[in-house]
Amino acid sequence: MPYSEKLVGNPETGVVHGGCITTLIDSVCGAAVFLSLREMRRVATLDLRIDYLRPAKPKKEIACRAHAYRITKHVAFVRAFAYDDDPNDWVASAAGTFMIFEPRSKEPR
Amino acid sequence: MSLMETIKSFRATGDLSGLVSEIPYMKMTGIEMNVLDNDVVGTMRYSDQLLGNARAHALHGGTLGALLESTSIFKLLWDAETSALPKTINITVQYLRSATQVDTFARAEFIRKGRRVAVVRALAWQEYPDQPVAIANAHFLLVD
Repeated sequence: MPYSEKLVGNPETGVVHGGCITTLIDSVCGAAVFLSLREMRRVATLDLRIDYLRPAKPKKEIACRAHAYRITKHVAFVRAFAYDDDPNDWVASAAGTFMIFEPRSKEPR
Repeated sequence: MSLMETIKSFRATGDLSGLVSEIPYMKMTGIEMNVLDNDVVGTMRYSDQLLGNARAHALHGGTLGALLESTSIFKLLWDAETSALPKTINITVQYLRSATQVDTFARAEFIRKGRRVAVVRALAWQEYPDQPVAIANAHFLLVD
């Protein structure tokens, strides 16, 4: 996620709002689930827990890595972390669960 | 005016819009804060950029998290005698229903408000307040 003035949460420090970190982590976790499935399915977040370890550095790009470490028939379990300068110095740590939907033909509309 | 001065002035007037307008991310996501019956109510106005799954016409989970977190922080600023901007320690969001292409509302309540840490629960809904689309539990640090 590139830095942008529009993402700022605290105008005095220039640190981005926690909401964008949530959005970043949610997106990357969802992508991790997609990539671990054998076929295209609809995926939706069940829950997402984020621990904020330190404020993000102002004006820095924030990156996130997510790993879907357990996929079951209906649920995927994901862990992720977000960082700015150093992948070993985390801004946030997260864990989430995602619902995996049945193939489109079986879904009620 | 510094951020803390803006916060103190809105406690006196009950008008949160001055503080909201100073936070770029809230402006970008269309999140507004109002005081209703002496309680803080957050509103996230619908716009296409909030969509997560365009085919399912569902809002992105991150935007709901932002609304819940922002409403919780503003509730703390409004109700608690905090002298510093609360810092989010952690937040857990549970997504209950697909959020659709309409405005979303949120309220927060204190589960426990200590001197250093506050535990806050927030609810977001669209059409019916008793059918929340998402809920969140968060810990906030109130001291420097």
